[in-house]
Amino acid sequence: MDYVPAFARWLHFMAGVMWIGLLYYFNFVQVAALKAATADGTAAGITKHVAPRALLFFRWAAVVTWLAGAALLSDKFVDAFTLRHGMAGIGVGAWLGTIMLFNVWALIWPNQQKILGLKPATDEEKNKARRVAFLASRANVALSMPMLLFMAGGWSHRAIFGL
Amino acid sequence: MKNPLDSLWGTIISGLVLTVILYFVVKSLLGSGI
Repeated sequence: MDYVPAFARWLHFMAGVMWIGLLYYFNFVQVAALKAATADGTAAGITKHVAPRALLFFRWAAVVTWLAGAALLSDKFVDAFTLRHGMAGIGVGAWLGTIMLFNVWALIWPNQQKILGLKPATDEEKNKARRVAFLASRANVALSMPMLLFMAGGWSHRAIFGL
Repeated sequence: MKNPLDSLWGTIISGLVLTVILYFVVKSLLGSGI
């Protein structure tokens, strides 16, 4: 038995569940909850105690997911990212996951640091940061849908693509 | 025009549309023997 791919797949799934699970929590739960909490003056409970912890696990789970996925692709890594040699399915999934990782570290996290007061920012900068982080997060929800289809079936269940 | 990502349903519909488009792109790539 090949232990490395088995371990990498297990880790990829666990970290992926945490990453996408927290992404869905932010978009399906926290955005609406924060709006309601701001209206009744209890938003600090979320912004001080919940969001920073959720973001910590969210951004590092994204890194672990990507690294475990790369280890799982192993010698097929280049074929997947160049969509060659029958690897177009999993390759598109890998590209979508990579774009999502970029969104997390380049758009969501730096802007969330300003929103949560972890980095100094003016009110205007905070408003802009709120919009950018929100749209990047929503884009990741949309991207997660095809990403999960191609991750789930792109390599092992190519029959869904008529092959 | 309103940004579809502003609403949850708009986001989900955008994701579904993207899924369908990419499905046919991949199907065509795999079918052409690449």
